[in-house]
Amino acid sequence: MQSLATVLAITWLAVTIGFVVPGRADDAAFAAALEAVQSSSFQTKAAAAGQIAESGSAQAPAVLKALLDGRLYVRKADNVVLIATEAGGVVDALSGAALPAEDKVGLRKIIINNQMRGALRVALARVSLRAADPTERRIAVESLFGTLSGETVQPLRDALVAERDARVKETLRTAIALVELAESPERERRRAAIDTLSSSMYAEARTRLAAVLETGANGAPIEPEEDVRWAAQSGIERIDRRRAWYGFVETLMFGLSLGSVLVLAAIGLAITFGVMGVINMAHGELIMLGAYTTWVVQQALPGHLESSLYIAIPAAFLVAALVGVAIERGVVRFLYGRPLETLLATYGISLVLQQTVRTIFSPLNRAVATPEWMSGQLILNPALAINYNRLFIVFFSLAVFLALVALLRFTTLGLQVRAVAQNRAMARAMGVRAGRIDAITFGLGAGVAGLAGVALSQLTNVGPNLGQSYIVDSFMVVVFGGVGNLWGTLVAGMSLGLANKFLEPYAGAVLAKIFVLVFIILFIQRRPRGLFPQPGRAAEA
Amino acid sequence: MRIDRRGSLRRTVAIAVAAVSALWMSPSGVADAQETIKVGVLHSLSGTMAISETTLKDTMLMLIDEQNKKGGLLGKKLEAVVVDPASDWPLFAEKARQLLQKDKVAAVFGCWTSVSRKSVLPVFEELNGLLFYPVQYEGEESSKNVFYTGAAPNQQAIPAVDYLMNDIGAKRWVLAGTDYVYPRTTNKILEAYLKSKGVADEDIMISYTPFGHSDWQTIVADIKKFGSAGKKTAVVSTINGDANVPFYKELGNQGVAADDIPVVAFSVGEEELSGIDTKPLVGHLAAWNYFMSVDAPVNADFIKTWHGFIKNPKRVTNDPMEAHVIGFNMWVKAVEKAGTTDPTAVQKAIIGIQAPNMTGGMSTMLANHHITKPVLIGEIQEDGQFATVWQTDDLVPGDAWSDFLPDSKIIEADWTEKLNCGNFNTVTKKCSGQNY
Repeated sequence: MQSLATVLAITWLAVTIGFVVPGRADDAAFAAALEAVQSSSFQTKAAAAGQIAESGSAQAPAVLKALLDGRLYVRKADNVVLIATEAGGVVDALSGAALPAEDKVGLRKIIINNQMRGALRVALARVSLRAADPTERRIAVESLFGTLSGETVQPLRDALVAERDARVKETLRTAIALVELAESPERERRRAAIDTLSSSMYAEARTRLAAVLETGANGAPIEPEEDVRWAAQSGIERIDRRRAWYGFVETLMFGLSLGSVLVLAAIGLAITFGVMGVINMAHGELIMLGAYTTWVVQQALPGHLESSLYIAIPAAFLVAALVGVAIERGVVRFLYGRPLETLLATYGISLVLQQTVRTIFSPLNRAVATPEWMSGQLILNPALAINYNRLFIVFFSLAVFLALVALLRFTTLGLQVRAVAQNRAMARAMGVRAGRIDAITFGLGAGVAGLAGVALSQLTNVGPNLGQSYIVDSFMVVVFGGVGNLWGTLVAGMSLGLANKFLEPYAGAVLAKIFVLVFIILFIQRRPRGLFPQPGRAAEA
Repeated sequence: MRIDRRGSLRRTVAIAVAAVSALWMSPSGVADAQETIKVGVLHSLSGTMAISETTLKDTMLMLIDEQNKKGGLLGKKLEAVVVDPASDWPLFAEKARQLLQKDKVAAVFGCWTSVSRKSVLPVFEELNGLLFYPVQYEGEESSKNVFYTGAAPNQQAIPAVDYLMNDIGAKRWVLAGTDYVYPRTTNKILEAYLKSKGVADEDIMISYTPFGHSDWQTIVADIKKFGSAGKKTAVVSTINGDANVPFYKELGNQGVAADDIPVVAFSVGEEELSGIDTKPLVGHLAAWNYFMSVDAPVNADFIKTWHGFIKNPKRVTNDPMEAHVIGFNMWVKAVEKAGTTDPTAVQKAIIGIQAPNMTGGMSTMLANHHITKPVLIGEIQEDGQFATVWQTDDLVPGDAWSDFLPDSKIIEADWTEKLNCGNFNTVTKKCSGQNY
């Protein structure tokens, strides 16, 4: 019973709140509503919010926005309702007058629930139709999609006449067409609405077109005209074709982003394993160290979140590289040519690193914040949106990869590294200090693992076990791509990422991973040296 | 091989001396062990579940400390034996055996994931130990040696689905979970429940991910697509451990707002939220039997004691912690009633015992080893707390065998003299002897 009453109150709120009419101010009702909104019952609060909207007071939009954002408070001492402005100040809700700063302890926040949230968004959308920012206008129109009817669509028609921004115009046309198709008695107007909706990528457009084809309770189709139904059918097919195409592009993007993460994680290993023949089981922990460095940088510079990543990148490289050089000089140097011992020793080092981090930082995960410029999505159209953080990571991993290839190809150091890898004795005879080059190469591979850690800190939990999740994938990529070949790593990483993401919608996350693993096992049986094996070089050291 | 007589004699003497001194120095359990009553704490302090379980270890230490301040139990001090099974399920069984055999604890408070509980179950039944399990789970189990102080599906999952169906008006459902026994069984129950309420097959989408899964792009995009078919869609999440962090991050990134597609989680509480940026999550839901934000004097005292013990006013309290409080108090009362910590005596004494819960009511230990709990649905607030939006009027008794699965409907669990069975088939009138 309580829930039914709440639903009715919310519905009333949704209906009345559409009429935020400025100019017909009813201040007494507004003040009374501000009293009622302090109640602990959601029902009463919803009714009060409806009254605030109806009162038409000039303060109403500000109060409703504050209520939606969780910035509406009541002072416990004297029940005065306050708004905490976005700028950080305090304003009296009734009069709009600015007030001195308040201590949060004496205030009680007025909380709302999801149903109220939805209704408030719709109410504010009507006000935002005339906002200055085109994105705000577009979002306002989008929030109104489900609530429009013949009576309430007039403001949108007016807005369409005055609108200049192409994207907002398209959204407005879609909204108007949604109403026309549902309510217009004229066949031609319905046909015109179907045309508009057929080229719209909004989900609501397709839903409304599908509704045209439904049959009513008596078995007769809702839409009486045959050709309108036929137009709706072909409209749906058109939308589905475009959706399938965008869905493919989206999966491609997901696959590339997963692939770029794999490449980034594996490229350091490609250097140590591929170029030096050292099986480094501590590679995952070097990635983890890079991620923790990012966290430490963010903790050390709390006010500089936006630039924290720029500082974290070189810092993580240095930290991981130094640890890598220490591992090489301290342990691996004595075990060259003995891959099994190297494997065991580096596995032991990985456990030591994990436990060190657990002891210093605690076994719990650390929260690494994402800077503003990396948050949110790039919305190309309603059916295709790309996360900014993933996009940046794709570019970042390509940049790291190209920098490494350039280093190996065009610098003296790269020349020496390649020389030592191909023929150690001859290189030494030519004056290359092989021991020093070994340490530098290992440090380079470790440093790149640190860079991978910076990227991963943005995507996943930063905890002592971070490395364990990526070590197997890294080895898979390197072995699949061909030991000793950086380009092989790139191709292998990207193709594994794409394969995983294309399988996921059909097989689910768990099975997709299994299929990819089984595929690699079978592939290695046929071609043990991977996709692009180094000519004349054995896969093992 | 020549035998050097003198050498072998010397060797024999050396071995004998070593053996005697080893026996003499080893803790034989004779001299000083009876001064304290040992309580085992079996929670992961590292690994993927550490995010959830570490705070339960701290809660147990606080409870033992508080009890010792009151004079201990049966005149003896309580001593906590803490082990770290590191989110490694077979290790849970090893550590449980160690606690029961080597440390000889009187009771164990522990486990979180159902797979960890299933791993230790044979150990507790073999060695007749007592396990107090504080976490919401999938039901379909009632063991003589386990007390389930967390919610059974009828005390969490079913009321949450009712709330979404009736109050939110959800018509399409996404059941997303981590791939192990708890989400699989809970989703089986929920699917049967939804179908019994008339939800069509194509309106239910089920997806499973491994522990620690971090790439949620595809699944969240699928949820968005599934939810854009024009009917109100809700997500029921049984995702466990730190996979929740990237899941919620991805929800925020892809703009899945709570009033659009609400997500109700069963394994996300104040503790898991304390490590995430909760701004994009405002309005998403969780179903529990306790929230830190509940306004009750007993809750305010509890939080004060907790902050005093842990010396950190930022630490939060959550439902499994409350379950440990209830379970511990029930165990203490049962031991006092029975006059001994002997597991069999405590099992007899504990049924019917009452202990206060932290929302102002009284919890009772039932014959099926479950307790009575209120059900609360809360919305995530910006500060990581929950605001209760719905709750049951009365306490709901825990039902071990779900009434919505045809095989379980006919099964009853009752550990009193009446049935003395955890898996009693009321149709064939036979006790299967297997408690799960």
